[in-house]
Amino acid sequence: MTILRPAGEFDESYAYDMATIRRPWQWAALGLLLLALYTLPLYGSQSMVSLVNRIAISIIAVQGLNLLTGYTGQISLGQAAFMTVGGYISALLMIHLNWSFLLTLPAAALGAGLVGLIFGLPSLRVKGFYLAMSTLAAQFIIPWFTRNAFRDALNGAQGINVPVPVIFGIEFNTPQRYLYLTITILIITTIVASNAARSRLGRAFVSVRDNDLAAELLGINPFKYKLQAFFLAAVYAGVAGSLMAHHLRHINSETFNLTDSVLLLGMLILGGLGTNLGPFLGAAAVELLIELATLAGPFVSTYFPAAAGGVQALRPLFFGFTLMLFLIFEPRGLAHRWQLIKASWRLRPFAR
Amino acid sequence: MNWQLVPQFAVSGLLAGGPIALMALGLVLIFKSSYIFNFAQGQLLLLGTLFTWWLAVEQGLPLWLAIALALAASALLGLVIERLALRPMTGQPLLAIILMTLALGQFLQGTALLLFGGAQRNFPQIFSAANPYKIVTPFIYNDRNIVIILKQNLVWSFVVAMLGVILIGAFFRFTRTGLAMRGASEDHELAQSIGLRINRIFGISWAMAGMVATVGGVLLATSSGLDLSLSVLVLAAFPAVLLGGLESIPGVIVGGLIIGLSSGLVSASKVQIIRNSAEIVPYIVLMIVLLIRPEGIFGQRRIERV
Repeated sequence: MTILRPAGEFDESYAYDMATIRRPWQWAALGLLLLALYTLPLYGSQSMVSLVNRIAISIIAVQGLNLLTGYTGQISLGQAAFMTVGGYISALLMIHLNWSFLLTLPAAALGAGLVGLIFGLPSLRVKGFYLAMSTLAAQFIIPWFTRNAFRDALNGAQGINVPVPVIFGIEFNTPQRYLYLTITILIITTIVASNAARSRLGRAFVSVRDNDLAAELLGINPFKYKLQAFFLAAVYAGVAGSLMAHHLRHINSETFNLTDSVLLLGMLILGGLGTNLGPFLGAAAVELLIELATLAGPFVSTYFPAAAGGVQALRPLFFGFTLMLFLIFEPRGLAHRWQLIKASWRLRPFAR
Repeated sequence: MNWQLVPQFAVSGLLAGGPIALMALGLVLIFKSSYIFNFAQGQLLLLGTLFTWWLAVEQGLPLWLAIALALAASALLGLVIERLALRPMTGQPLLAIILMTLALGQFLQGTALLLFGGAQRNFPQIFSAANPYKIVTPFIYNDRNIVIILKQNLVWSFVVAMLGVILIGAFFRFTRTGLAMRGASEDHELAQSIGLRINRIFGISWAMAGMVATVGGVLLATSSGLDLSLSVLVLAAFPAVLLGGLESIPGVIVGGLIIGLSSGLVSASKVQIIRNSAEIVPYIVLMIVLLIRPEGIFGQRRIERV
């Protein structure tokens, strides 16, 4: 699809050949989007800003999962567990060592990445759902650890209160202010993820996914790249977990649970595996779906009196049903649909 | 180790392994025929048990009739799931199929919540709670023989679960349908070419998995009550399946018992943190199995080595 270019557009320099954003109007559109996002706190309602915060954080976590599952083809059911690691590390460093958020965030990312490496080790021996099982083990072992180990510091099942991040004297204590933080970090993670995906690293990931034996023949060490993918995915989860913990101001072992891991995988599928656009579309779609479930909840509880607070019932119901429909009818996700729409726009009036 | 507690915890752990084996059987049934690892088994179990509860308590039917009706309903649910959700996925990559069962699990969880709500419920007692069995062991501690006390429902759940596993094992071994299912598990295309109806076999195995799930859920609910966490308990059966070998019915028993036994033994420890680790022991066993012998004890060595 990328081959389809408007008439008269040629690569006149190497820099232009490699550019992701090519046309002046694309720069303008990006600028407008960023302007809209950064000014959202000025006119958006509290709930809307919170929603955008949640979407942005989900996007970061899904971007990591995309590198692991989408590009490298390793199934992970443990992304939420690595978010837990990131959240706890960031909170503990800030409480006990008084580190600034600028330091705790990378530390959380690194710590989560190292834990991710441990649970990625079985990928050297097994793949497919055996690997899914090992990451599922992470999803049980890590929350258990936070509940039972180091009770003085981690406060058991109750969890800990997370302080407000302060950067250069600015307190990010409201969703409105927090939005600047999440959007800025989202921009950084997006640049890193999309460049990782199209560099040597990303091409090696794709070759491991498509055929690991052939990849090995080409001189790519599959073990090394699988572990790197696990590390990167967990780093992204660490960043997202840290951001979420400081957003919610509280973290316990249930903040990021197995359902969240499934939700993140679902976002990835809905958006489109192995595409840079996928995490954005998928995370936004699923979070909006959850909002819809929240809105529809009260109506449902009038018809189904047993479902006390229909929201808890509708969320998994909507999500599961949508994901099933997508898997059957649109397995390549929203990003693929978007490519088709773009192509048919360029080919008009000859499309289809 | 609290040595005087070891016999007690070992035996009750082994007995708890019975229902785990039964839940693992549900997973193996589906995997054996269609190579699908069913992450929605827990929610199947939850729905079946909630339906039994609804018939028995809300509608006031006798328990045996409620269980029979729920078994029929869960078999039907299994058939419907196979037809509507899994058959369109034939030939899709593994990730899509795993995601499908996960999505199905979420969908069923939502359905269960919508129809029955998430409250904690008391399930009608099948086995008497009073009069636990007492076994006097030859081990002596403080000049007295150690006595193992076993609740009746623990013992009888174990017996029913084992009977279920053996019954299904016999079904596979001695009936024509069982033979067809074993044949289909060897090679789908080959089975089709000799005239086996592969879709029907998938359907039967899903229906059986639904029924097994309901029995397992009822057994669990009689001892630990009925709420939404029941669907999470099933995840403890995944390590049992991997330990025993994915396609093996004897493996299910061995895997279930080992998982139950190791959780029980850990509970006998003196150190609190090790005692508390009983809930994650299955997953630690799982990690060890994956690293040492991924195909399990009785499994076929057909995993592609990476």
